[in-house]
Amino acid sequence: MREITYAQALKEAMCEEMVRDEDVFLMGEDVGLYGGAFGVSIGMFDQFGPERIRDTPISEAVIAGCAAGAAVTGMRPIAEIMFSDFTTIAMDQLVNQAAKMRYMFGGKAKVPMVLRTPEGSGTGAAAQHSQSLEAWFCHVPGLKVVAPSTPYDAKGLLKAAIRDDNPVLFFEQKLLYRKKGLVPDEGEEYVIPLGKADVKREGGDVTIVAYGRMLQVALDAAGELAQKGIEAEIVDPRTLYPLDADAIIRSVKKTTRAVIVHEACKTGGLGGEIAAIIAQSEAFFYLDAPITRVCGLDTPIPYCPELEKNVVPTVEGIVREVEQLMR
Amino acid sequence: MEITRDKLQEMYKKMLLTRKFEEKVAYFFSMGMVHGTTHLYVGEEATATGVCCALRKEDLITSTHRGHGHCISKGIDLKRMTAELLGKETGYCRGKGGSMHIADLSRGNLGANGVVGGGQPIAVGAALTTKMKKIDRIVACFFGDGASNEGSFHESLNLASVWKLPVLFVCENNLYGMSTPLKAHANVEDLSVRSMSYGIPGKRIDGNDAVAVYLETLKARKYVAKNGPMLLVCETYRYLGHSKSDANVYRTKEEINDWKTNRDAIKRMSAYLLENGFSSEEIESMDKDTTRQMEEAVEFAQNSPFPPLSSITEDVYA
Repeated sequence: MREITYAQALKEAMCEEMVRDEDVFLMGEDVGLYGGAFGVSIGMFDQFGPERIRDTPISEAVIAGCAAGAAVTGMRPIAEIMFSDFTTIAMDQLVNQAAKMRYMFGGKAKVPMVLRTPEGSGTGAAAQHSQSLEAWFCHVPGLKVVAPSTPYDAKGLLKAAIRDDNPVLFFEQKLLYRKKGLVPDEGEEYVIPLGKADVKREGGDVTIVAYGRMLQVALDAAGELAQKGIEAEIVDPRTLYPLDADAIIRSVKKTTRAVIVHEACKTGGLGGEIAAIIAQSEAFFYLDAPITRVCGLDTPIPYCPELEKNVVPTVEGIVREVEQLMR
Repeated sequence: MEITRDKLQEMYKKMLLTRKFEEKVAYFFSMGMVHGTTHLYVGEEATATGVCCALRKEDLITSTHRGHGHCISKGIDLKRMTAELLGKETGYCRGKGGSMHIADLSRGNLGANGVVGGGQPIAVGAALTTKMKKIDRIVACFFGDGASNEGSFHESLNLASVWKLPVLFVCENNLYGMSTPLKAHANVEDLSVRSMSYGIPGKRIDGNDAVAVYLETLKARKYVAKNGPMLLVCETYRYLGHSKSDANVYRTKEEINDWKTNRDAIKRMSAYLLENGFSSEEIESMDKDTTRQMEEAVEFAQNSPFPPLSSITEDVYA
């Protein structure tokens, strides 16, 4: 095993897949010589050249749509949109075109594209550069949605997403790009299948479902809770659609308490979806407390750092909610 | 001869088929047999036929919500197309797509599209595949005058021009968006000038002259295959409303009749054929032939089953 950053893990995934399959290529704003706004593709231009690492104009709709058109005619594009907030500009191509071509054409088309985009707050980029919009895309049949929380997951899931024959929205977390984690040595290839959750910490007292940047926040909260004698089990869905509901239900049956943590604002977020899934499952009959959500506030992300910090779930906030549940 | 006898025959039959198909669809609607709405191409036949007949079999097209003409001229199976409109299992899309989403990938038709301008970025992507895989073909992207105002038009022409992608952008200017006339939705009367913003050639032609459209497309195809995108604006006119619920309140009966009587594409094409070595018997025989084809297609469609309920959840994912 060796330690690399989340950004390096993503780059390794792309490079390995591009070496393996000549139909895979990367397109997006400043992904070439510049190496990507967050440095994910540094060095890829030198390795693969301008044919396969393509800088685009600032045109999110055609970035997504060109990827869809290339995918439906035999390529396997990775399209990057610089901030997930800008997927709004590409919505027709993602939602009305890429997601639906296979179905509308009676199963005759396939659209094997990956749309990679960074989400999340904490960089002071404020309201239009800090959102977490993954729930929107979970609501579009035909799309798959992935949100890795560690370098290990990022690499394995991105490889799987590239190999998947469906359009995949791949949400990277801005504040995780520089975070290090263990991955297998070079030459030891691995792929993490989409649709499989990962129990990141075992425990018997409460299930915390957390993904993206909140996974680590939940782990930190679990550390503090352990000191108070509360053992939290952390389930990281990794793929948000299709969701590994079985893993979540299994865990809640064991712990009898469920808390869902996400950075995205509470209303309309995936917390509601996961809560409903738990409530309508066998796990309902095992619950000792109401299903709880600890989520971002229903506000845009403010600029001032102190305000920005307090819009999203914190370690203290999670610990407080769990303690209350345990009473 | 720049245009062979066989090609003229093919074109005339496709124009007739398009007109008859659309009139049959209008009839189905009046009988309450078709679910939803449809956008008919009656009057515009020369543009789709002229362009598609000048393309090679391996060339690709993206179409619009008003796409039956493109489908027929690109060589679609008429029976399966009719079945799709009736929502049958034997339809092109197994009844899952309907009028606005007919596609035949095996014949290079990347689909009609329910979103105005939706096909433009897809055409660019298909052209990117073409370039990256070094395939000798082009992509023809159909869209209307209204669609040339969508952001996707600008983004698509711009990217295609920067990357020199082999897209022939074909603007079917039928003088109205849905109900909004050209002069109320664009500040230019000649839409081909929009090509200048992207440093690509633009040309405006009589879209109701099938032979002219064909010859111009041959030239354009040669250019695009070698150099990258260009914009071809075909001036034409639709006789029927935008969709089935259009009462034509935004244009005059005089205007519609003028186009029908004096500028009809099919009349002009049959006159051209008679002047160029075709007998009236041959023309009548083509007319009979296309009527028979249409009748067979209708019979096939009407005798086909609807898809089973289980097909609702099929093909959401690969």
